Amino acid sequence: MAIELKMPALSPTMEEGTIARWLVKEGDTVSSGDILAEIETDKATMEFEAIDEGTVGKILVPEGTENVKVGTVIAVLAGEGEDVSEAAAAQATTSGEAEQQPEPAASSGEQEKSDDQKAAITPGKPKSEPKSDPAIPDGTNMASVTVREALRDAMAEEMRRDERVFVMGEEVAEYQGAYKVTQGLLEEFGPKRVIDTPITEYGFAGIGTGAAMGGLRPIVEFMTFNFAMQAIDHIVNSAAKTNYMSGGQMRCPVVFRGPNGAASRVGAQHSQNYGPWYASVPGLIVIAPYDSSDAKGLLKAAIRSEDPVVFLENELVYGRTFELPELDDHVLPIGKARIMREGTDVTIVSYSIGVGFALQAAEKLAEEGIEAEVIDLRTLRPLDKQTILESLAKTNRLVVAEEGWPTCSIASEVIAICMEEGFDHLDAPVLRVCNEDVPLPYAANLEKMALIDAPRIVEAVKKVCYV
Amino acid sequence: MARTAKTRKTPAKSQQQGGPSDNSDFALHSLQEAFEKAKTYDASEDEMMEFYRQMLLIRRFEERAGQLYGLGLIGGFCHLYIGQEAVAIGLQSALDNDKDSVITGYRDHGHMLAYGIDPKVIMAELTGRQAGISKGKGGSMHMFSTEHKFYGGHGIVGAQVALGGGLALAHKYNEDGGLCLAYFGDGAANQGQVYETFNMASLWKLPIVFVIENNQYAMGTSTVRSSAETEFYRRGTAFRIPGMDVNGMDVLEVRAAAEVAFKHVREGNGPVLMELNTYRYRGHSMSDPAKYRTREEVQDVREHKDPIEGLKKVLVDKGKSEDDLKAIDKEIRKIVSEAADFSENSPEPEASELYTDVLVEEY
Repeated sequence: MAIELKMPALSPTMEEGTIARWLVKEGDTVSSGDILAEIETDKATMEFEAIDEGTVGKILVPEGTENVKVGTVIAVLAGEGEDVSEAAAAQATTSGEAEQQPEPAASSGEQEKSDDQKAAITPGKPKSEPKSDPAIPDGTNMASVTVREALRDAMAEEMRRDERVFVMGEEVAEYQGAYKVTQGLLEEFGPKRVIDTPITEYGFAGIGTGAAMGGLRPIVEFMTFNFAMQAIDHIVNSAAKTNYMSGGQMRCPVVFRGPNGAASRVGAQHSQNYGPWYASVPGLIVIAPYDSSDAKGLLKAAIRSEDPVVFLENELVYGRTFELPELDDHVLPIGKARIMREGTDVTIVSYSIGVGFALQAAEKLAEEGIEAEVIDLRTLRPLDKQTILESLAKTNRLVVAEEGWPTCSIASEVIAICMEEGFDHLDAPVLRVCNEDVPLPYAANLEKMALIDAPRIVEAVKKVCYV
Repeated sequence: MARTAKTRKTPAKSQQQGGPSDNSDFALHSLQEAFEKAKTYDASEDEMMEFYRQMLLIRRFEERAGQLYGLGLIGGFCHLYIGQEAVAIGLQSALDNDKDSVITGYRDHGHMLAYGIDPKVIMAELTGRQAGISKGKGGSMHMFSTEHKFYGGHGIVGAQVALGGGLALAHKYNEDGGLCLAYFGDGAANQGQVYETFNMASLWKLPIVFVIENNQYAMGTSTVRSSAETEFYRRGTAFRIPGMDVNGMDVLEVRAAAEVAFKHVREGNGPVLMELNTYRYRGHSMSDPAKYRTREEVQDVREHKDPIEGLKKVLVDKGKSEDDLKAIDKEIRKIVSEAADFSENSPEPEASELYTDVLVEEY
């Protein structure tokens, strides 16, 4: 059987090219890998190699020919034991149709986007309603616990529960945590499960991600998320995309956690909110709790999740004390916002440290007769749109408060959702209260000016309430 | 405990005794010495035939992939393994497949075939079909088989090294006796995270074999233009990782080196760095015009160092007939043809697959 040699494509976009030179002549014997010709386009020259063994029967397109369409038969190869002239003759009868060969197959998909494909292009609606927080049984004792302790207890409980869970990061073991979040863990679990790493974020984020691929449940602590920028490649490219790229074969149940956002007087490089960055990535879960109960319940859920989780804490909140139900297993649902304060006049949406400012603002507003509903998003991806839209339907006015830059922020996203899906309920434009759009300054007065606070939220609420 | 690592400069690659230390607990060159003593793996005839078969499968598969790319059936990036076959076959034949894991970069077709993974599902992934090993969602660079403990297939140069460190950490953590074989290229060898991983792997004595497949060119940049130290096996020295310098064009030599390296790692001594000197015949990817090297250079390697021709010669010397070998070739061509047909005729993924596998759980 004669083998037709077709004009190859040097790249998926190449449609035609020049046969610059033939390196074989008719009658030559070739084996696979031998270079047959040089093909040129305006961008590149490539050698065209033989795939099969045989004898060059007929060269159909002479060298120097320009604009040869991809897929055109340019030569015929006679297989072993075949007559060269026969091969050429056989080709002559088929070459006519070869000339009219259609475009390479890859492009065929384009116009065939059928109706069922269009239908599937909208993201799947969540199959189940987001779960609600489990009810706290009557008579449960409420303990006063700092966020720092709540996070530590979450890790300790999960480490007791599951041998595969371990913590790694800078100063997590012997130093007891740079912010003392991992205090006491080394003593209870030993150095195998509480691992001090060198200062090498990209490397240990990769090792943690790989360990998750290998079946463990790593908690990777970043001393702050500012340093995780060196490791963001593993968070986004390795952890988030693997399940999808493997067709659901390879999981990556890792938790990346640490303080995020502005601390106090540490300057621009140590003061950034990465919530919007990670929340833009499909394949990641992003959680940013505010109080002790959510910190504990959601960190436990994050550790148990089969998906990679970015868990954003806040240094300024670590030391704050909140009530926490004393339960054997306090686990909260990922992807569900929490109504921190009910109200009827306006909705304030926030997360992390911003929730504190929003609650302060609500108290102040209540004194002036405006009842604000405060929503803590808690999970930034997947975002609980339903809770936001239900509150908007009730109050018809909404402000987003975010300790972070305004551009391409979570606030921007919430506003887009209100526009797209809550437009009919809006009595005023949605406003955002964010940090000033500058790198965070060091000077105390400038820093204060740059960061959000309750008075600014009050002011925005009054604007949307037209008072 | 004072460890004085004396350093002597050694200009020539062959002078292995010139490692950075004479210290006896510092195994920087002892592995190479052990390897030099028995440089050729004493393979049975059956084993050799199997190596031949597997290398030929990779060669023919990749040639066919190149052809399908030329016809527009494979899109995007497609990095062929032609010329480097002896590396994957020599190393992976020495693994304990019940325990050990493998991870590599984007030039990954050969490593998967070396595992005996069905060529059909690999080729179908290349053509982006539902039947592909990643359901058509990964493509040439992103293929995985957790069943075979093959963890990809990673598109970011060097990322697989740190991820491999994590797989090794899991082996150690689980005390399962396995090791991780982490492949990367001479190009990836200049990425910072490689050295971050070397440091932790050595510090924690992780069971990992780092394999630099030095095919002489990082895309279009030759090693001498990109690397201050082109003797890549020395690059673990600063982290006390012993290095081995191996001819990656000779499958029996690769296998012999693997035996030495794997034994060292399995005994709990921490990582080994192997440099496998090899050569890719094709461009970096399919769209590479290959202007950075001469045709004569490529031709010279093909004629004098080809791993498949080399083993064929050994087999013929041992009395195998040309016909026996031809029969293998015929069988392989059939397998590859069937894989190609399968990959062309399988349907594209269902539209409903667009939103599956983004997350594992529902929230």
